[in-house]
Amino acid sequence: MAALPKFIGQPIRRREDPRLITGEGTYVDDVKLAGMLHAALMRSPYAHAKISSVDLSAARKHPGVICALSGEDLAGRLPSLPCVAPAQNVPEHPALARGKVRYVGDAVAIVVATDPYTARDAIDLITADFDPLPAVVDAEKALQPGAPLIHENFGTNLAAKAEMTPPGFDKAMSEADKTLKFRLVNQRLTPTMMEPRGVVAHWEHGYKQLTLWSSTQIPHLLRSQLADMLKLGENKIRVIAPEVGGGFGAKLNVYAEEALLGYLAMELDRPIKWIETRRENMAATTHGRGHVTYVEVGFKNDGAITAIKAKFFCDMGAYLQLLTPAIPSFTALMVPGCYRVGALAFEQNLIFTNKMATDAYRGAGRPEACYLIERTMDMVAAELGMDPVQVRRKNFIPKDAFPFTTAAGLQYDSGDYEGALNKALAMVGYDKLRTEQAAARQQGRYLGIGVSTYVEICGIGPSALLPPKLKGGGWESATVRVEPDSKVTVLTGVSPHGQGQETSFAQIAADALGIDIDDINVLHGDTAIVQYGIGTFGSRATALGGTALVMALGKVQEKMKTIASRLMEVPPQQLIFTNRTIALASDPSKSIPLQKVVEAAYGYKQPIPGVEPGLDASAFFEPSGCTFPFGTHIAVVEVDPQTGAVKFLRYVAVDDCGKIINPLLVDGQLQGGIAQGLGQALYEETVYDENGQLVTASLMDYAIPKAQMVPAIEMANTVTPTNLNPLGVKGVGEAGTIGSTPCVANAVMDALKPFGIRHIDMPLKPEKIWRAIQEAKQAKKG
Amino acid sequence: MQVKITVNGQPREDAVEPRMLLVHYLRDVAGLTGTHVGCETTLCGACTILMNGQAVKSCTMLAVQADGAKLTTIEGLAKNGQLHPLQEGFWEKHGLQCGFCTPGMIMAAVDLLSRNKNPSDEEIRHALEGNLCRCTGYQHIVEAVQYAAHKMR
Amino acid sequence: MFPATFEYHRAHSVKDALALLKRFGQDAKLLSGGHSLLPMMKLRLAQPAHLIDIGAVGELAQIAEEGGKVVIGAGVTHQQIADSALVRGKLQALAEAAAQIGDVQVRNRGTLGGSLAHADPAADYPAAVLALEGEVKLEGAQGTRTVKAQDFFVDLLTTAMNPDEILRQVSFSPIAVGTGCAYLKRPQPASGFALVGVAALVSLGRDGSCEKVRVGVTGLGSKAFRAAGVESALAGKKPEANAIAAAAAHAADGIDCLSDIHASADFRAELARVYTRRAIEKALERCAR
Repeated sequence: MAALPKFIGQPIRRREDPRLITGEGTYVDDVKLAGMLHAALMRSPYAHAKISSVDLSAARKHPGVICALSGEDLAGRLPSLPCVAPAQNVPEHPALARGKVRYVGDAVAIVVATDPYTARDAIDLITADFDPLPAVVDAEKALQPGAPLIHENFGTNLAAKAEMTPPGFDKAMSEADKTLKFRLVNQRLTPTMMEPRGVVAHWEHGYKQLTLWSSTQIPHLLRSQLADMLKLGENKIRVIAPEVGGGFGAKLNVYAEEALLGYLAMELDRPIKWIETRRENMAATTHGRGHVTYVEVGFKNDGAITAIKAKFFCDMGAYLQLLTPAIPSFTALMVPGCYRVGALAFEQNLIFTNKMATDAYRGAGRPEACYLIERTMDMVAAELGMDPVQVRRKNFIPKDAFPFTTAAGLQYDSGDYEGALNKALAMVGYDKLRTEQAAARQQGRYLGIGVSTYVEICGIGPSALLPPKLKGGGWESATVRVEPDSKVTVLTGVSPHGQGQETSFAQIAADALGIDIDDINVLHGDTAIVQYGIGTFGSRATALGGTALVMALGKVQEKMKTIASRLMEVPPQQLIFTNRTIALASDPSKSIPLQKVVEAAYGYKQPIPGVEPGLDASAFFEPSGCTFPFGTHIAVVEVDPQTGAVKFLRYVAVDDCGKIINPLLVDGQLQGGIAQGLGQALYEETVYDENGQLVTASLMDYAIPKAQMVPAIEMANTVTPTNLNPLGVKGVGEAGTIGSTPCVANAVMDALKPFGIRHIDMPLKPEKIWRAIQEAKQAKKG
Repeated sequence: MQVKITVNGQPREDAVEPRMLLVHYLRDVAGLTGTHVGCETTLCGACTILMNGQAVKSCTMLAVQADGAKLTTIEGLAKNGQLHPLQEGFWEKHGLQCGFCTPGMIMAAVDLLSRNKNPSDEEIRHALEGNLCRCTGYQHIVEAVQYAAHKMR
Repeated sequence: MFPATFEYHRAHSVKDALALLKRFGQDAKLLSGGHSLLPMMKLRLAQPAHLIDIGAVGELAQIAEEGGKVVIGAGVTHQQIADSALVRGKLQALAEAAAQIGDVQVRNRGTLGGSLAHADPAADYPAAVLALEGEVKLEGAQGTRTVKAQDFFVDLLTTAMNPDEILRQVSFSPIAVGTGCAYLKRPQPASGFALVGVAALVSLGRDGSCEKVRVGVTGLGSKAFRAAGVESALAGKKPEANAIAAAAAHAADGIDCLSDIHASADFRAELARVYTRRAIEKALERCAR
């Protein structure tokens, strides 16, 4: 047999793909069970209204309808949906609205019928009467006296408030030569994963077991919360996350439909499916971002930042979903970015509005921080007439200063911000570009060069950083089982939905055991198969789940070495795994086939006395700290001053996510992340009108980037490993999104510099740019 | 209403309600769930199939409109266990992540390569404007289509 | 995502379709490619009791030259128009409009007649059909009649068609030597519909001045329209930059411009002016050749 290569670091094509490119993957909507019913929901057309009556009689009489329920029917039968993150005011959140509806899309009634067409027909037969109430759409206005109250019992629309002003802050601010104050809007976004949510619930009466397929990122955490809500033991609920068609944080949640389907499957003793329509997905799946920030920055004449003060108004929406109030805290923590900011003070107001709840969305708090600090850098540069690159260099945390504790109190593990910046500048030819830009301006062409030097936080742990009510900490789990035929099963607690861990984890296991990746099967997303795990979010899977896997592999290796040492009569510490054998490190020709060791372990040949039979091990990795990937992105754009259109000329991304297991997957994560980030910069915005009607209610009005809107990205890496895990990996799932948004915004603003324009809020739609140019021209004339 | 439709080379005859969308016919009647439903407004392209060789969005057709037609879905693309060059390209170039848009994306690309054997990157991006992907940023998809175009020439 | 119930009727000829239309009257809708109607039905914004499928009516699906005119059947798809050598050669702006509708899947199904009859204010075709002075042939129980493009678009989603009529074909005079035409568009980034789309046709006289100018604008108001102010301002003028810009400045004159989250009324008007100028310039480039 040919010698096996090392797999880690190689661009191995994905092992997930054969089923997906042939249409053989199973997503929730592909699950079909005998006798399965179909659910549909009636949703509020009002942002804020009293429910006077919900008449279900006609719907119930419709042929094919099995049941129809309103919020009142469920009172006392299904508890509030969970918000596990702490907040001063956590409202009751019924799965079906009771008394009031609080956002457009709030579920009012559910119908279960024999097929989805009939269920939809029955929705039209429901007569619901609403008394509309004034709606609060703007988070800042929601705090003003006299604003309509969304949850009257709190007497305020404030969900929570957090403040921090460290001693010495005022002094730091007073040491500044100059200060700038400005307001930034980080607009609300609709995650728009391509597969809407979906649930299938199946109650097996004889076994008293509920199986719930859900398009979720967190099968185990969902199981724990559902067990509470449905009053079942966790050992009696099986949650399966089958193929999941994208999540981006919006499937890191516990939704009304999951609880409703579970409840109704048990009540009706029939399997039920609910598949979200796209319009429901836009209205009733969590949104992201939604911050207004007032920034005050103090700086020296040489560009050094002495102090930053940020006052946030964070739009929670009408209810608090699983982690809604936790997301802004990541923003506050990451405000200093990759800089030695002298001092940081912040105030965060978390505010209820008559809109869908916000929650995690790719980056979850960090893109807001990165946008804040990277726009601040450019504002400071503009004020001082400095090159934005110089201001960044002036403030960078130097590479020999790690581990470094920032002004926000976080300890950064490792970094080389200059290294990534220098590489990106060289790739793009920065100095030459600036010359070209100057020449273009002479010809009336508006080129812009935008830089962002980002850092973000991944692999969040230790467990104390996560709320206890989540019932899962900052750790991750893995099991490695060497089967009797030497094939290896890996069970991981992460729940990939596109990230490719079936491949990258097989690479890790193959190298550890000296076997082929084709001999490894990575399983995930089924709580009946996999040990408890936390799931996939926050760019945590490889740093935490990969490390748990390394630990589990270590345990299995130990046992195999023990057996091999007995068979080979050599000390176990002299043995290595190579080429499907266990061999003597000093002389690999002295070896024993892995299969022999496995046979001994399972006791069917040469059992080893004193060694417990079997060959599997589990491990749970509890991280001691978080990892901090970083990089530099540079965008070159051209603005058409007549129409405000923005065109990409170049996009260079140099990213450092520590060690790389599979460069193909890393590139894919970054490219997709960058597309999402530039979507926020240029196109995307969830719009509610002043009455709280959702204007971006379908893909006809919410613009996610199409292929032509995204430039070809020129990519490179630097590698600065972390020492917080044995793989040296940091995480890469959100980096692209975090780095790209301010990069593109900075590029557009740089293009508009000749007009004297300092800032336009995102999304940088042509009209806003055109209008700013017109106003600037008027101001010049005037 | 009775319809005769050839799906992936297999002639079928089924009774369908006139209002049944073609995508529901494929998924629920023919049992071919590789064709996905991603939006309601004919924009995302996840439901793209070939009808008489041309890419169409099966969510915006009634099954009765396909009476007499020859349809190809993602399940019918590989021949004799041999992946279509586009399927191969998506695999080789990491042209998919969550995979939900992928069947429709591949079928739209089949239409493109049937019209244009030597597309530029820009032409590929233009041809795929009816297919949304939220995972990849499209770059690897463009590379996947180029891989297939090269292989098919 | 789930249309309401309806009765389905398949017409095999225009005559068939007319008989069915007569029978079901206002309760019926014609279905061709379905790319205007089915999206509305999926959202239950349209719930016709009867659908008359004219998708299989072969007599509607031809592109032909007849008596010096280019005649395009109502059932011809956008992609067929975009690909047609005849249309590309003689009605370039129409081919360009067709090629920019939606995406290839939509173009493979959507039809000229369906789009025109639907009269979406942001559809691409109307601008080109107006600038190229198409004539719409309608057939009803009372016989056939021809409506000029200018008279066809009445208001938002409203045309000169009677409910018992079927749109049969659109005919055009092919553009003459010394004439150029073009369609340019700023798409709405989400839907791909025209925020503004402008089709321009310019004929140069022997003295090099603009002998004939036709400008059709879509996306701007509740219906597509001919920009008469632009046409008259440029007619008889030498096609110089200043004259073109001055004429294009009239593109939105007298129009109550649409306003939405994608573009306010005054930005739409500005886009109309800019795109009118650019479309005229492009049409002029093509005159020269």
